[in-house]
Amino acid sequence: MPYRLLRFALSKKHPEPAFFRQPEKLRPSYDAVIIGGGGHGLAAAYYLAKDHGITNVAVLERGYLGGGNTGRNTTIIRSNYLTPEGVAFYDASVKIWENLSQELDLNLFYSNRGHFTLAHTESAMSTMRWRAEVNKQMGVKSEVVGPDDIKHACPEIDLSCAGHAPILGALYHAPGSVARHDGVAWGYGRAASNMGVEIFQNTEVTGLDIQNGRIVGVQTSRGNIKTGKVLSAVAGFTPRITQMAGIRTPIVIHPLQACVTEPMKPWLDTILVSGSLHVYVSQSSRGELVMGASLDPYELHSTRSTLDFVEGLTSHILDMFPFLSGIKVVRQWAGMADMTPDFAPIMGKTPVEGFYLDAGWGTWGFKATPISGKTMAATLANDRPHDLINAFRLERFNEFELTGEKGAAAVGH
Amino acid sequence: MKILTCPINGPRPIDEFAYGGEAREMPDHQSCSDAEWADYVFNRAGAPGTKKEWWYHVPSGTWLIAERHTATDQVARTYLWGEA
Repeated sequence: MPYRLLRFALSKKHPEPAFFRQPEKLRPSYDAVIIGGGGHGLAAAYYLAKDHGITNVAVLERGYLGGGNTGRNTTIIRSNYLTPEGVAFYDASVKIWENLSQELDLNLFYSNRGHFTLAHTESAMSTMRWRAEVNKQMGVKSEVVGPDDIKHACPEIDLSCAGHAPILGALYHAPGSVARHDGVAWGYGRAASNMGVEIFQNTEVTGLDIQNGRIVGVQTSRGNIKTGKVLSAVAGFTPRITQMAGIRTPIVIHPLQACVTEPMKPWLDTILVSGSLHVYVSQSSRGELVMGASLDPYELHSTRSTLDFVEGLTSHILDMFPFLSGIKVVRQWAGMADMTPDFAPIMGKTPVEGFYLDAGWGTWGFKATPISGKTMAATLANDRPHDLINAFRLERFNEFELTGEKGAAAVGH
Repeated sequence: MKILTCPINGPRPIDEFAYGGEAREMPDHQSCSDAEWADYVFNRAGAPGTKKEWWYHVPSGTWLIAERHTATDQVARTYLWGEA
């Protein structure tokens, strides 16, 4: 044990500075207010201060920092999407991720693992070929590989999946990575706070003040604020905020569950995803298997866990890895996923002037944390949508011009 | 919610049912505007509350309406369409 850790035991006061300032009171007004202290909201606050010099900003968090979907996902980072717009957006995110630990001066345990999307049917193979070609065209490293390559990367896998669903091949995406998700929120929060952004936890937004189609203020459980710019980055709470703003969206909330096993010696180096078996799995730096599945089948605003989920998921994991039959699941949890009909996010301006949305992140939001923060900060600062997020505008539904990402964003279709 | 009451077959485990989405009024597609049609096709009342929903009892092929609170997951009542 390094001796410098001893001071934590010997000191009566915590010997390190707090990660971020916790002001007692809200100011009467801010240049911008960000609702939601998760990765997306804090990243937007950070880039508002860093790229645009806007530091008179409040971040309002209903619970605790990173306690929503930022801390509930399975931490996978990739850019092997289906539409050119999606690939360009997520690739820009991966490029920020690669140096983010240095930029935030915090070890995010960013770990490049490689990412296999397994195909068990010919139709899945054809989607993999499609994605590989779009990715290559956009300069993103993705290729279709055969069963031998999968076995080489992961010798423990049963390629026949217990005979139910033999693996025909996979989309291999070399940049696929994992990172420590709560660290991302804390890193962005600390960096934003250092530049003057004020973060308020346990502060719930109870209403929005709108006059003549313009946002003029926010009502919170700690009092009212005047502001001309509000960003909503609240994932599963989006419909409650848009209802306050009188805006209709296609967003519907479904729970998404995940679980981890007890820790094991490292054996799974890559990230594996199977659309047919509805699972994704990777091994964390602590040795736990981090596993997720498809959405719960009906609308629910709740983070309850179910036995159905863990039974279904583990039976599919055992099809792939029979030797795990003696391993215990030690934790399970759920997040509230804000689903859109085309599996692409909703980002940018809204019919209310000065009110911006960063929403519709469903089951695919964590990997986009840096780029959504950067593009939403630019959108707020210039009052004009950033080029990278034009395909994700709310208006696309009115224009019948969807951005279909279902083939790349989801398992279980 | 673990049990849902089918108006034909009585209380049945939730595994036997499929979710059909919120029960909504379709506007007249001949007379409504493109914006009204887009609103009907895509937009939803996403905020939590008691909603009328379509559910399907798979083994018996019964479509029914459930009035369910989407935050507490409590079902107030179920009935066949038109019986309201």
